[in-house]
Amino acid sequence: MLLTRIELQDVRSYAATAVGLDAGVTVLVGPNAQGKTNLLEAVHRAATGGSHRVSGDQPLVRAGEELGVIRLELRTDEGRRRTLELEVGTSRRTRTRVDGQDVRRSSDALGVLRVVLFAPEDVAIVRGDPGERRRFLDDLLAQRRPAYAAARSEYDRVLKQRNNLLKQARHLGPSARDAAAATLDVWTEQLVTHATSVIAARIAAVHALAGHVDRSYRDLADRPERIRLTYRSSAGLDVVGDPDEGVPEREPIETAVRTALAEVAGDERHRAVTLVGPHRDDLDLDIGELPARSHSSHGEAWSLALALKLSTYEVLAEVGDRPIVLLDDVFAELDETRRGRLADACGRWDQVLVTAAVEDDVPLEGARLDVRIEGGISSVHTRPAAAGGAA
Amino acid sequence: MYEGAVQDLIDELGRLPGVGPKSAQRIAFHILSADPADTTRLSQAIQRVKDTVRFCVRCWNVSEQEECRVCRDPRREPSLVCVVEEARDVVAIERTREYRGRYHVLGGAISPIDGIGPDDLHVKELLTRLGAEPVAEVIIATNPNIEGEATASYLSRLIAPLGVRVTRLASGLPVGGDLDYADEVTLGRAFAGRRDV
Ligand SMILES: [Zn+2]
Repeated sequence: MLLTRIELQDVRSYAATAVGLDAGVTVLVGPNAQGKTNLLEAVHRAATGGSHRVSGDQPLVRAGEELGVIRLELRTDEGRRRTLELEVGTSRRTRTRVDGQDVRRSSDALGVLRVVLFAPEDVAIVRGDPGERRRFLDDLLAQRRPAYAAARSEYDRVLKQRNNLLKQARHLGPSARDAAAATLDVWTEQLVTHATSVIAARIAAVHALAGHVDRSYRDLADRPERIRLTYRSSAGLDVVGDPDEGVPEREPIETAVRTALAEVAGDERHRAVTLVGPHRDDLDLDIGELPARSHSSHGEAWSLALALKLSTYEVLAEVGDRPIVLLDDVFAELDETRRGRLADACGRWDQVLVTAAVEDDVPLEGARLDVRIEGGISSVHTRPAAAGGAA
Repeated sequence: MYEGAVQDLIDELGRLPGVGPKSAQRIAFHILSADPADTTRLSQAIQRVKDTVRFCVRCWNVSEQEECRVCRDPRREPSLVCVVEEARDVVAIERTREYRGRYHVLGGAISPIDGIGPDDLHVKELLTRLGAEPVAEVIIATNPNIEGEATASYLSRLIAPLGVRVTRLASGLPVGGDLDYADEVTLGRAFAGRRDV
């Protein structure tokens, strides 16, 4: 798909800005802290849906204002024109409009705009806590099929209910505890059902990613090591990503989760918290035989994070529209060889938005937009397309 | 803050479900400027509902008599009981004209977050009915959300050992939605396609 227009009103450092975009590469050029990243952030926010929390999107609104608006115009792969609008208030839930119509839940707008964003912070997928890797898989799955976002939030709801019941049971006398145990069984079964949906989808994503990440890493990093992805579930399941595998059978996962929950039942009563489920799973990333989280150099971690993100493009493109790629301040971190490899990849995508502080870092032809900030307000200036980069 | 009576009204309205502080204020000022005859009718309607409407002694549906209209109707099939969360779900199902049995209104769903367990619902009363009435099938029509599913699963575990058939309304209901949002066609189909649990 293509993003044909971005309009921002009182979003971050923008007061009122409209930018028209074409297919291919667009480079946003400007020194740091001028508002380049804010532009990509706004697009990404619109693609992944407004925050569920009332205050979640508040930082997006320009300081001193009460309402920020992100309005995007798109063209699907089939040529259909669409609009996506987010109205972010400082004192109310984000309001989302698709093709001019209000949607009931922000998750209903998921999948309207599909993007892959890579930013320097994404190195945390490789080196950060398990939560970073869970979020990486969940974001990918939610964009691939909005039904996953619904399944994931249903799981969260069951988890919250079950944890609540475990906490209540801790304060009960013996007879009341027996009564609570009867309802705990019910919540445990609900947890097993919903955990299985989430785990199965994540394993399918790991299989779908595995081949792409391996190829993409060796290509980008120019290194011979193989990359191995392993979904490591708290239910005692370890599944190595394999491009020849697809969506796993539900039954073995259900059995594993149920068995693991039975084993930790005593522990759960003591600690009053659910100890098994997708909320405690991890995705192991190995470069060669070594775990990347603890044994990778900065350059390796960086290349692997980039390879993971670029592979999500392939997985998203399998169903529905091809996504738009957003690369935030990426080229500066790369050496000459890897810059060239990434530039080659950019040539394969329908639309890429790239930010750079130094224009010569980006060996790409394409449109240039200058981003400047004056008096705390950012603005975007179009340059004739002929002014190409260093390619 | 407003003076005494106005603020009292805003506070009372604000306690109603789905009415936020801003709406409460708007409604209060609407009432303030409304025709006295209209406001008298409103306050009388509220008073009358509290004076005359109560809960059916058999099924906990709302009723103006000891038993509700459904329970009093001799044409209703006593061997079928449809279990719902709220009385408004009875209205939604009655509108489909697909169902000829009786009801049992639980008064909510199991939800630890809200501090609601089986003892806070009319579950014991349901079990008593199953012992006293010639019930052959219980159709569980709790909402198709997490709490409704958990409640359905709890009830089926409780009822199945009694030798009563337990069925659950088939999906086709909007996921995550309340039963009374389901349009009549969908609900009608749900009754035809109910499954054993
Ligand atoms: Zn009745």
